Amino acid sequence: MALKIVKGSIDRMFDKNLQDLVRGIRNHKEDEAKYISTCIDEIKQELKQDNIAVKANAVCKLTYLQMLGYDVSWAAFNIVEVMSSSKFTYKRIGYLAASQCFHESTDVIMLTTNQIRKDLSSPNQYDTGVALTGLSCFVTPDLARDLANDIMTLMSHTKPYIRKKAVLIMYKVFLKYPESLRPAFPRLKEKLEDPDPGVQSAAVNVICELARRNPKNYLSLAPLFFKLMTSSTNNWVLIKIIKLFGALTPLEPRLGKKLIEPLTNLIHSTSAMSLLYECVNTVIAVLISLSSGMPNHSASIQLCVQKLRILIEDSDQNLKYLGLLAMSKILKTHPKSVQSHKDLILQCLDDKDESIRLRALDLLYGMVSKKNLMEIVKKLMLHVDKAEGTTYRDELLTKIIDICSQSNYQYITNFEWYISILVELTRLEGTRHGHLIASQMLDVAIRVKAIRVFAVAQMATLLDNAHLLTGNMQRKGICEVLYAAAWICGEFSEHLENPMQTLEAMLRPKVATLPGHIQAVYVQNAAKLFATVLKSQEGNTESTAAQETSQLMIDRLPLFVQSANLEVQERASCILQLVKYIQKLQQKDVEVSEEVSALFAGELNPVAPKAQKKVPVPEGLDLDAWINEPPSESESEDEQPKAIFAKEEPKHSRPRHTEVDEKELARRREARKQEQANNPFYIKASPSSQKVYQEGPGVEHIPVVQIDLSVPLKVPGLPMSDQYVKLEEERRQKERAEKKKKEKKKRKEKRSGRGKKHDSGPESEEDITPAHMVDIVTEEMPENALPSDDDEKDPNDPHKALDIDLDKPLADSEKLPVRSHRAAEAPKSPTEDGDAESAALQEPKKKSSKEKREKKKDKERDRKKSKEEKKKKKHKHEEKEEDLLGGQADEPAVQSEETSEVAAPPTSTSAEVSDLDFWLSNAPVPSNTQEAATVAAEEAAPVPEAASGTAPDSEPDEPKDTEMEESKSSKHKKKKQKKEKEEKEKKKKKKHHHHHHHSDGGGGEESVQNGTVEDEEPLPPMSNYCLLAENSYIKMVNDIQGNLQDGSQVVVSVIFENKCESFLKSMEFNVLDSLNSKLQRPEGSGPHDGLTVPFQLPPGVSNEARFVFTVQSIVMPQKLKGTLTFIVKNEDSSTHEKLDFKLHFTCTSYLITTPCYSDAFAKLLESGDLKGSSVRLEGVNMPFHHLLARICFHHHFSVVERIDSCASMYSRSIQGHHVCLLVKTSGQTVSIDAKCDEPTLLGNVLDEIKQTFSQC
Amino acid sequence: MIKAILIFNNHGKPRLSKFYEHYSEDTEQQIIRETFHLVSKRDENVCNFLEGGMLIGGSDYKLIYRHYATLYFVFCVDSSESELGILDLIQVFVETLDKCFENVCELDLIFHVDKVHNILAEMVMGGMVLETNMNEIITQVDAQNKMEKSEVNLTLPVLFMFECMT
Repeated sequence: MALKIVKGSIDRMFDKNLQDLVRGIRNHKEDEAKYISTCIDEIKQELKQDNIAVKANAVCKLTYLQMLGYDVSWAAFNIVEVMSSSKFTYKRIGYLAASQCFHESTDVIMLTTNQIRKDLSSPNQYDTGVALTGLSCFVTPDLARDLANDIMTLMSHTKPYIRKKAVLIMYKVFLKYPESLRPAFPRLKEKLEDPDPGVQSAAVNVICELARRNPKNYLSLAPLFFKLMTSSTNNWVLIKIIKLFGALTPLEPRLGKKLIEPLTNLIHSTSAMSLLYECVNTVIAVLISLSSGMPNHSASIQLCVQKLRILIEDSDQNLKYLGLLAMSKILKTHPKSVQSHKDLILQCLDDKDESIRLRALDLLYGMVSKKNLMEIVKKLMLHVDKAEGTTYRDELLTKIIDICSQSNYQYITNFEWYISILVELTRLEGTRHGHLIASQMLDVAIRVKAIRVFAVAQMATLLDNAHLLTGNMQRKGICEVLYAAAWICGEFSEHLENPMQTLEAMLRPKVATLPGHIQAVYVQNAAKLFATVLKSQEGNTESTAAQETSQLMIDRLPLFVQSANLEVQERASCILQLVKYIQKLQQKDVEVSEEVSALFAGELNPVAPKAQKKVPVPEGLDLDAWINEPPSESESEDEQPKAIFAKEEPKHSRPRHTEVDEKELARRREARKQEQANNPFYIKASPSSQKVYQEGPGVEHIPVVQIDLSVPLKVPGLPMSDQYVKLEEERRQKERAEKKKKEKKKRKEKRSGRGKKHDSGPESEEDITPAHMVDIVTEEMPENALPSDDDEKDPNDPHKALDIDLDKPLADSEKLPVRSHRAAEAPKSPTEDGDAESAALQEPKKKSSKEKREKKKDKERDRKKSKEEKKKKKHKHEEKEEDLLGGQADEPAVQSEETSEVAAPPTSTSAEVSDLDFWLSNAPVPSNTQEAATVAAEEAAPVPEAASGTAPDSEPDEPKDTEMEESKSSKHKKKKQKKEKEEKEKKKKKKHHHHHHHSDGGGGEESVQNGTVEDEEPLPPMSNYCLLAENSYIKMVNDIQGNLQDGSQVVVSVIFENKCESFLKSMEFNVLDSLNSKLQRPEGSGPHDGLTVPFQLPPGVSNEARFVFTVQSIVMPQKLKGTLTFIVKNEDSSTHEKLDFKLHFTCTSYLITTPCYSDAFAKLLESGDLKGSSVRLEGVNMPFHHLLARICFHHHFSVVERIDSCASMYSRSIQGHHVCLLVKTSGQTVSIDAKCDEPTLLGNVLDEIKQTFSQC
Repeated sequence: MIKAILIFNNHGKPRLSKFYEHYSEDTEQQIIRETFHLVSKRDENVCNFLEGGMLIGGSDYKLIYRHYATLYFVFCVDSSESELGILDLIQVFVETLDKCFENVCELDLIFHVDKVHNILAEMVMGGMVLETNMNEIITQVDAQNKMEKSEVNLTLPVLFMFECMT
């Protein structure tokens, strides 16, 4: 054996190592591939050897080759071998190789599960670290499922190095195995407050990543993150948190208000540009979320814009880039504040950096106004000329068109100018956007009637100079423009100065080189032109001229009849026959022009892009029904449809043209006019608005010179757009002068006469009137078009898919029998807050599920009532003992917070939702509107919101609590059904973690520690709500919980139930404060003022409110006297009533269920800081797990470990005292040994436990 | 999230490639080529961000790079990362390499790509930033290297014995 190892080492000395391989590759530059293939052969030999060192060396070389692009998946098994080496050196090589080339479909991965598990639990932290790093790259759903629990244990490893890696990898585990999210989340949350900054940062990282995809589920963490934000000094963590807040604010406007101030402070104070930038970004997000209906935050906007300007002016290109990027976000909501920096942005257009130019272009879009559009476009046109590289130029082109056409050509005052711009753009070399220009030309010509004369003239020139566009092969994209030109000239041929010339231009032989669809348009429109020409010539009674025109058509059309393109061929042959017939008639001296032009009579109106979609399906029409029997799906029939199509189409299309006679047309035109008159969307052209365009040079003088140049030249005779800028300037000046004389009244008239809304331009813009009084024809919509809400939805939205990815575990959880669903549940509150906006934005699908949920809640509410009745009986016993302990309440605080050395972080509680509300409602800006809305939504009549400071809206909690109970009971059912052991084990593990939440309706099985599988009977339902007071009108039950956010606060949840037939209103809750405990009252109210309960109670309704108390010492239980006053309102009378109660703060209520792991627990006991005490319970007649469950539930403990009839338990007070229990049972005797760092507290807790069991 | 970390030289030769999402070897090479093409044609004094190529990412992804002497360090990240933060991270990465290799140059990366991977693994894990503190990174890397050395020493005596025997 020894010899074998020695031999291996010797072999190794002759092997190539990685360095040799690299050197070899560098020395064989000529035949690299050949050299590497010999190396791979060597590696294959090495891998066959037994020596792990040789194998590791080979794998190391493979990793390098993999980087060079060689597939090394064939060595996957060897990689696994090296991974499982006991030596760290080799293990690391193996894991590196695996992380580089393993992926989900690598089949050997399933062999690694146990090895990885072993490495994860290795005593050597670097073995664990390397395994975690590797796993993060190749984790599969199977691995994630099998190892999730191991990794979760590592999250509380003693070494921060392991903790941070374990926390980070959890994100990957969640992605692959979403079911793990809920069980792991509480611990992940704990890690947000880990003492090690690295671990904390990792936890922030993971939660931010999760929340980014699914922000609403993480809204409840906002207070925690807020705390971190104000306390952390780590810029990385700060950036992440601030980015997260940017994602959360849109969901909760109140959060935004709270954020503005600290963020503004950060902006002022930080020196780190990265942090500053993220702050500005988030402030922008906040401002966007607040922009609707909020008092203006102009100061914040100004601050942002000002800081961004500093960034943009910086010489650092990176800052400049980011500044522009952030500026574009502001632009969407606050365009005016950005517009004032136009100079700066235009300057950036000249930047040598393309990224920066592109960003600046984005900004321009929002900065144009009527005033500056021409100027900006002129500048862009200059850039188009200068630009190198087609991508940037294309980008410029699309931007110019975007800018000009935005919001229905809102900013264009002179369409002649725009047409000239479009024509100029056709001169661009090699652009791909010919169709874009073409569609703009068509759109403008069709919709702006006044511009047609000019447009037609321009298009005729374009057609005349078509060779310039088509001459160069590179310019293929641009010839699309000819499509538009031909169509415009044909359709609006009555405006042509010289139709004959254009007709000739359209029938040139060269046209045959154009793409088919353009030729088709040429042919069709040549026919239209022909009709126009005939009309003019016949009018002149020069019959010969008309006949010559016909002859021209007959001469030229055969060229198209021979076209390979079906469409062209068909149209050409139709028209050729028609013209031949016309010629025959002409020879007989028959006047044909009228009839010919009737072929093309009528006007084509623009149709809205979605008009077709919106035509409602008539009743009784089933579009999916077969008209004929469905064809059999044999292959042979596949080709038939084509053949039919080709043969039959001509038949169909031929009669289409000829059938329509004059009468029919007239009838249709009449009908259309009628329809237009009734159509509110159709704006008719007023004849007076049609000015004849005079400034442009006469089109008829354009010399037809055939210069074929490959270099693009300015199209001769076309007006330059530049001159319009000057003209426009003059015109505006003139107008301004005129305007001074005129009165405001006149202006009003003008505005209304324009027939177009100018709603968003600033006041000064209104002064600029368009050069032409232009009617922009609105696109036609079908009558009774369907409402357009569903327009914007894109079913393929990638974010939706992402949402499903992470949402699934949380949504499915409704079925899962676990209570920690809370974290996912939390976001419900904001929507239920009556935030109508966000509710309306939600998709219908979600809505329906929400509705269902709400229905369910209603049911549960009923069920809960009956349950409470039972609970009431159960908890009466606690009341009896109150007086014994009450007297000690005012003792001075013995315990200080210093004892809390191990600052174990708080876990999530049931109070999360209300925590958020508490937290948010303390925001400096009160959000009365929202809270009022809440009340109005939940209850019938609004209540003045005086007490908004304490318990603004506790309603959402109540249904949630009931839901908890429901889920719990369903859990019991499921439990019975499922016999599979593995399943159970998993569930129990989950429960164990969930158990850390405080629960109002606890279940018993949770007390089983990880892994112990035992089939135990379900527990009866329990509740911590105990009766507070009751009379004939009202019943109050309450529960007290420590507040996680603050060590000196407890939250008292009181459920008020209306027992009578009358309406209860104006409820006021008041407590007589003691020195030690005080009810928190809103600022400004006196120490004896009562708190208004923020709801009213109709008969038979119950509702929950929460009150916060501050306590100083928690070692003693105590009682507070209080009164509830309320008005009972009958139909005819209303009476004032009151109900006295005693609020019992037990020591138990200061304990918070806190998870603890056995290692930490052992350490705690070893430390010797704890003082012991013990208690014996006799005659306890219940199963051990029930006993544990009761302690857990009623006294907020968690089970650390359980072995047979012995269990260790842990809890922590709100002030950080550790309480450890060792519970043993034998027969009916239960002995509890307890340790705590505060003996008084411990004594009281034990007494309370004793009481609990003495009642059973 | 960081989608990929690439290091290549002025001629586009890859010196390190770390993809946090699986691609086939061919695609990886294509991505490296495309990224090099995008990055190399940029001037020295332009900004360090550019919108991702066609292959890697989409509109949500950005390439953030720095150019040091003969090497390009390129991070492909999505919008959850702070642009300036990543630039700092690249700086930390390079400084760490400089400390670990003592005046790092391209040759170090060529011959010790495995070590570079190990250093990177202490900074970024599974596409998420693990550690940004250079001293912490170096401490962990050194501790692991020490462990590796101690293991080598264990095997040495055998070799030594063998050499003595012969």
